[in-house]
Amino acid sequence: MTPLIQNILVLVTLAALILGICVFLCSSRWERPRARFLRSTSGKFATFIVVIYVLTGASNLILTPWLLPDGRPLSLLDAAFTKVPKEISYSAPFAKTDLKNRPLKGFHVLGTDALGKDVLELTLKGASTALLIGALTSLIYIPIGIVLGISAGYFKRFTDDVVQYLYSTVASIPGILLLVAIMIVLGKGIPQISIALGVTGWIGLCRLLRGETLRQTERQYCEAARALGERDMAIIFRHILPNVMHLVVINFVLGFSGIILAESILSYIGVGVPIGTASWGIMIDSARMELSREPKVWWTITSATTALFILVLSLNLLGDSLRKAFDPKAS
Amino acid sequence: MSSSFLSVQNLSIQFQTDEGTVDAVKNISLDLNKGETLALVGESGSGKSVTALALTRLLPEPPAHYLNGTILWKDRNVLTMNPTELRKIRGGKIAYIFQEPSTSLNPVFTIRNQIAEALRLHRPEVKNIDEEIIRALTAVGIVEPKLRLHDYPHQLSGGMQQRVMIAMALSCHPEILVADEPTTALDVTIQAQIMQELKQLRKQFGTAILLITHNFGIVKGFADRVAVMYRGQIVETGATDEVLNNPQHPYTKALIACIPKLGAHRKRLPTIDHDEIDKALSTV
Amino acid sequence: MFRYFIRRVLYMIPIILGVMVITFVLFNMLQKPETVARRLLGPKASQQAVANWIKQRGYDKPLFLNTQPGQRLLDSQFVNYMVSLATFNFGVSDATGQPVIDRFKEGAIPSLSITVPAFFLGLALAISLSLFFVYVRETSIDFAGTIFAVALMSIPVMVYVIFGQWLFAVLLKYFPAYGFSLQGPDMVRFLALPVAILIFGGLGSDIRLFRAIFLEEIRNDYVRTAYAKGASPGAVLLCHVLKNGMINIITLTVASLPMLILGSLVLETFFGIPGLGNMTLDAIHNSDFAVIRATTYVGTLLYLVGLLLTDLCYAWVDPRIKLQ
Repeated sequence: MTPLIQNILVLVTLAALILGICVFLCSSRWERPRARFLRSTSGKFATFIVVIYVLTGASNLILTPWLLPDGRPLSLLDAAFTKVPKEISYSAPFAKTDLKNRPLKGFHVLGTDALGKDVLELTLKGASTALLIGALTSLIYIPIGIVLGISAGYFKRFTDDVVQYLYSTVASIPGILLLVAIMIVLGKGIPQISIALGVTGWIGLCRLLRGETLRQTERQYCEAARALGERDMAIIFRHILPNVMHLVVINFVLGFSGIILAESILSYIGVGVPIGTASWGIMIDSARMELSREPKVWWTITSATTALFILVLSLNLLGDSLRKAFDPKAS
Repeated sequence: MSSSFLSVQNLSIQFQTDEGTVDAVKNISLDLNKGETLALVGESGSGKSVTALALTRLLPEPPAHYLNGTILWKDRNVLTMNPTELRKIRGGKIAYIFQEPSTSLNPVFTIRNQIAEALRLHRPEVKNIDEEIIRALTAVGIVEPKLRLHDYPHQLSGGMQQRVMIAMALSCHPEILVADEPTTALDVTIQAQIMQELKQLRKQFGTAILLITHNFGIVKGFADRVAVMYRGQIVETGATDEVLNNPQHPYTKALIACIPKLGAHRKRLPTIDHDEIDKALSTV
Repeated sequence: MFRYFIRRVLYMIPIILGVMVITFVLFNMLQKPETVARRLLGPKASQQAVANWIKQRGYDKPLFLNTQPGQRLLDSQFVNYMVSLATFNFGVSDATGQPVIDRFKEGAIPSLSITVPAFFLGLALAISLSLFFVYVRETSIDFAGTIFAVALMSIPVMVYVIFGQWLFAVLLKYFPAYGFSLQGPDMVRFLALPVAILIFGGLGSDIRLFRAIFLEEIRNDYVRTAYAKGASPGAVLLCHVLKNGMINIITLTVASLPMLILGSLVLETFFGIPGLGNMTLDAIHNSDFAVIRATTYVGTLLYLVGLLLTDLCYAWVDPRIKLQ
């Protein structure tokens, strides 16, 4: 993929996100949920944090025309860290020398890892990896969930039987084992992990949408639309989809946090992203060795865990606030 | 005044919601005398159920908030009682039956369990609980109460469920029975039976009844006095016959005009024009 | 009741078939047997050794139908695969050559000795805490508790393991950091830390879920009736709300009961517990397909048993449900 195409894709994704937020903020359909959401402090705060993460992640995906010494194109995030040199090995945060008392070439707020890489840079790039996997996975599982869930709930009968059979079958395989099996077969990598998480992750959304669509089709407005002779597709797109869209959004936000946790666990047990990729899971994995040496290297795991914790917590809080805003009774 | 053992004075209740505050009850006063039946009539949303629940502070706080006023039970203010005293009154002195018997009974406990809980709370001196429960069930007209003892609520019909609710309420010999729309969720024929049952129990136990209803039809021949509620206020009170025959307030007139009459000409029942009533209210 | 049971069991057959197809596609079709053989036998293995390995495991047969003359039509990879899984004949481990079924028998007890106490203690803890948060609902304690629960579930499980082991075993030296024993007083010392970590790892999501369930119950009319009877808030919660909420909780949690046998993937390696989670992780690292395939299949069966248990439990605890 050329840098230009990648940049366009990233910018289009960001634009789509901004558009989605604008629709939520301006559309009259969501007036009351919006008012409720804007009243919740934790929701607004969580949104702010998530936006910062998204911008950081995007900055590592937007490429400049320049190249790094190893031939990769330089991203905006790399550009910000050009002044931070690579050291020989571990060094503690704010240290002047590394663990073997060799002087450092630069200053590292969060120290450096075994290869002398700046941990802050690695942590920020880890955000980019996590968000990229989250986005790719969502691109896979959300369409599957929407199509299968709504068609099962709308067309009922045979379609419903098939969809129910599909998700009962996939759901009966223990999630982590299926993920691991798929990852072993596909091999490590960001697209692979997204596929694995995507083809196993649609069940929750599908079930939810099936149930909600069943409820919606019983409503009078659906019957009215049918009585007026509207076609199935028109009813689905014009009536059902807008009425279940908030469930998709809530599921997307909460699911995103689940994907990030799953990615870290998969990378940790060695079937996630390849070694050398900046990933919080791999950083946490390296702590197994780092915590047993003297002096203890605690900064890698602490940085990765903190970064992951704040993002997942914010996503969970954001999802909860959205759910409360759309369904105040269930809060 | 001396015989009034429940007296509400200048009570105002507000609800804090996400969309702002709602004045559910505005400055109402009413008295209930020993053994008397008072009907609180009004349309849904008029604040009559809120008033009924407020009598023993059953409204969840928040969102409910008691702005001002007093609720005097035998000259003691319910609103300033401590929780233990309050619980003695709930069920023991003032008992409730609710609109929806199917959801008001706990689905996972047997009839016996649920009535026994009330007995244990208020009449710990009762030795043979089963016998007492059977007596209560017989009193509300349940046939073969012994067989019903270990039934779960879902095994009974709606009318039976409401009878169980009444039996549960009366098993502790309360002095007041608050019946919050007791027949609204039931079939018309069952409605009449339940009202008949209540009438007989009132005679038997001498319980005062506060009947909450939107239906003037069941008030006639049942209540001694009527209080009409509209938009959180009591707009008219008086003896039942007086109010029914000679309503003073435009809203009461409108409500009474809505009662279908047997043998009357087939005419469309009038609807209530709120704007007109509000206009009349503002000129009073 | 019995007929319902039979119907549910029959309903599982297509699901098991579906799972067999999925795993077959994953393990036998998406990768060539040569690749697998090469990976296991090493790059230096002779062509003959690879061919033998493939022949031994029947990977040279056609995938679905054996249409070659003189052969049985059903002597194909998929049919043999189904038959071996259905008869619990899991073959030998690709990595060690040990029969897979033996590893299952060895690993079950160590796994269960961690997961069963963690399951029940965790359930009790989560239910009590969520009841407490519901008791103080809409206060700052409840708000802090909710945030705390969400925070607990925002930490990946291995961080709990690493941190717990470092704090309690390395720094405070309360428990041994590594090892396993089911004999005598040592048992508690070895089990305490992994069990505690497992409980903590699942606590956040449980509290959040149970709190939501209890809050849902508390809005019901029967709660108002109980208050109107004069019951105290504690009694209403512990008697009326708890019993109704428990129906939901039992049906949600009992499904995972059979899965406890599979142990915990991340935790067991850390503490050197010779359980099935440890076995699975080893298999993952060695690309030991025979073991992963068997574990996946057994996990599916256990899940289906869990669903059956859920139905039975439902009928048992909820008087409104009669299985037909």
